Amino acid sequence: MSSLTSLDGLAAKPERAASGTRLAVRRFLRNRLAVVGLGVVVFFVLFCFVGPLLYSTDQTHTLLQQVNQSPSGAHWLGTDAVGHDELGRLMYGGKVSLIVGLSAGVLATVIGTLWGAAAGYAGGWIDAVMMRVVDAGIAIPALFILLVVSAITTPDLTGLVLILGLISWLVPSRLVRAETLTLKNRDFVLTLRAIGGTHARAIIRHILPNSVSTVIVAATFQIADAILLVAYVSYLGLGVQPPSTDWGGMLSSGMTAAYSGYWWLIVPPGLAIILVVWAFNAIGDGLRDAFDVRGRA
Amino acid sequence: MSAVRPPAAPATGGHILELDDLGVVFTTETGTVQAVRGVSLSVAPGETLALVGESGSGKSTVALAAMGLLAGNARATGTAVVDGTDIVGADEEQLSGLRGSTVSMVFQEPATALDPLTRVGKQIAEVIRNHRRISAADAAARAVELLRRVGIPEPEQRARSYPFQLSGGQRQRVVIAMAIANEPALLIADEPTTALDVTVQAEILDLLRRLAAETGTGVLLVTHNMGVVADFADRVAVMYQGAIVETGPVEDVLLRPTHDYTRRLLSAVPRLTVAESGAPGQSGEPGASGASGASGERRADEPGAAPGGEPAVELKDVSVVFGRGKQAVHALKGVSFAVHPGETLGLVGESGSGKSTASRVALGLITPTAGSVTLFGADLAATRARARRALRAGIGVVLQDPVASLDARMTVGECVAEPLRIHRRKLSGRERESLVADVLDRVRLPREVARRAPRELSGGQRQRVSLARALVLEPRLLVADEPTSALDVSVQQAVLEVIGELQEELGFACLFVSHDLAVVQQFARRVVVMRAGRAEEQGLTSATLLHPETDYTRRLLAAVPVPDPVVQRGRRAERLATLAAGRTEEQG
Repeated sequence: MSSLTSLDGLAAKPERAASGTRLAVRRFLRNRLAVVGLGVVVFFVLFCFVGPLLYSTDQTHTLLQQVNQSPSGAHWLGTDAVGHDELGRLMYGGKVSLIVGLSAGVLATVIGTLWGAAAGYAGGWIDAVMMRVVDAGIAIPALFILLVVSAITTPDLTGLVLILGLISWLVPSRLVRAETLTLKNRDFVLTLRAIGGTHARAIIRHILPNSVSTVIVAATFQIADAILLVAYVSYLGLGVQPPSTDWGGMLSSGMTAAYSGYWWLIVPPGLAIILVVWAFNAIGDGLRDAFDVRGRA
Repeated sequence: MSAVRPPAAPATGGHILELDDLGVVFTTETGTVQAVRGVSLSVAPGETLALVGESGSGKSTVALAAMGLLAGNARATGTAVVDGTDIVGADEEQLSGLRGSTVSMVFQEPATALDPLTRVGKQIAEVIRNHRRISAADAAARAVELLRRVGIPEPEQRARSYPFQLSGGQRQRVVIAMAIANEPALLIADEPTTALDVTVQAEILDLLRRLAAETGTGVLLVTHNMGVVADFADRVAVMYQGAIVETGPVEDVLLRPTHDYTRRLLSAVPRLTVAESGAPGQSGEPGASGASGASGERRADEPGAAPGGEPAVELKDVSVVFGRGKQAVHALKGVSFAVHPGETLGLVGESGSGKSTASRVALGLITPTAGSVTLFGADLAATRARARRALRAGIGVVLQDPVASLDARMTVGECVAEPLRIHRRKLSGRERESLVADVLDRVRLPREVARRAPRELSGGQRQRVSLARALVLEPRLLVADEPTSALDVSVQQAVLEVIGELQEELGFACLFVSHDLAVVQQFARRVVVMRAGRAEEQGLTSATLLHPETDYTRRLLAAVPVPDPVVQRGRRAERLATLAAGRTEEQG
């Protein structure tokens, strides 16, 4: 018996494998684009939230004596049609874009996760009905709903987040449902059911924690999409209302000056949107690699 | 140590496969791993060399290295000469010339080795046309001929089938047909029968043996199953931790092992005790069965312990139907059995026989279509959800897959404590911790593992964690569904011993599902033989598995290869004679 025990590898202390988190971090760091993406996001967060403390500008009063100035020492990125400093405005609008994008993306992911987990776990006709609702929702273009809603009411910031969240949870719900379908038949869930564990426990303690990687990856892509959606809506003049603004709104008002050659009103917000959306997508890719547990048994 | 005596048949000199000081290093994220060290072996034409070892011993890596199929992160050193070409240094062009013509491979899982969207005849013809310039019609005709050779009935029709239309055994025959399509000089078979039922396994081994003998093909057989080795191999090489520890003719290695590891390995293999008088070696071998340790002795005194009181779980005339209408699958048809406190009931059968379904019915996970299930004296259909949940506090479950049965996001301690959190919510954190520590002691795991992640433990250790979780509430019924099938034999024995000892101590009833007749014979007092959803036969293990009443059980027992080449030769001859007799009877 003693010899057998040593064959089992029991006599020797179980080897401490590199911890999951550390491996995940290492994998993430190996994806260069994802690291750059993370850098870009950190930069923009600092830019929008800390930037105004270092580079303070007046974003409320109309200053007609300094409209449409090209970039100079006083105004690094020039000024817009009502005399607001463009660089300061980029920080001010970015705050809105980032807050709305993040909150809407997270909200969409939360709704989608709960919906998908419930549908997948319940199965049968409940699942069928819940997923047909999702199919129907996906069949209607999000932009169309946004335009209709914005035409009826002018949402404030919270309203905008709610609307964006409520229309973009559909895709994550499908992802989480698929994950749940495989997880609910895994042996540890079967074991739990067999010994009398409740459904709630199966979902909360086992299925959701195990789909967390899918959820986080989905969330990053959702945030990118939401930032883009806010830009769309604001570009069409239906988003946050002046004097408040966001990058999409800045782009929109800048476009009217396009023929006057005021490039500084168009390029910076456009570039900011592209960079941030790209960065979140890159982070999502990196996280997907990092969480990929295949071959990690 | 490596007493390589020239085997009887093969010609000297011209080895078809010659490995010399082969080493393989894998580069992984966590560093480099030396998977194979200094392996030297050779296979002569017409000879079968079995490469045996436990998981992680490097046996499959050797086979892949001989095919030049190592993964991208592997680096091979030394030489691996196949028919005069060194595989280690060969370029991709040379390799693809060799593969499929001079050397070919049969993998473990026939379902994934075939293209699901191509008819099998076409897949075989493709292999032929990859290496020979012949017309499509000729290749198709040859494919049909090959299907006939591997024993597929009605090969003309079957050639037009898709893989999913064939059974697992037939699929493996198709894979073998592809492997021999170009009359290779060397066939590498990596666990060719592991995914198959024993009766099918016996047929596939017969086929491989016949083909190798007919064409003088050398075979490198990679397996963990000593019975298969005894049945098929001429010589054996035993691998342990990447190196060969012992090589020799099959009789020497299996009956008179010289290396300590081989001896331990062989003593851990559960042996099927057979009653046939036609097996002379068996009676003269009490040492071998005695070596299988405590569980073997347990069986001897157990029949005296008569089952007392009401059964822990009882299935009465249970039927289960999945789906309805034309697609309905009758998974169970009128199955009845009971498990009494303190006894172990073995549920055996081939895949699809309904044994796992029966165990899930007993657990209340599947509601029977007809019949009743009584758990601890209460009819499950008549109890309310809350009461049923309380009843389930008396059940412990251990399932087959040690990786899937533990939630990877929890620590071992949390996994084991989960039943306590469900059924004994009032416990304080400290009480819970001490109960977990106690039960870890019981399954002989160090207490420190409670803080580890399941991923950090070996398969056997994880299975003990599962067992600890099953036992933490001191259940009255333990349901174990193939608890050791994914484990190596030495680990299997240790786990079975732990279950056996704890059963004696705690007196729980045990429903033990397994496809391995030898394990059930060692471990269970009574046995139910399942076949196609019915309980074919049940009774005391000592009677049923020694003197079976039904033909099916007899066939099942006859198909199990025993790890003794002399006995196995006799059993094989007997089985083939019975089959032949059965065939003439049918025809007559």
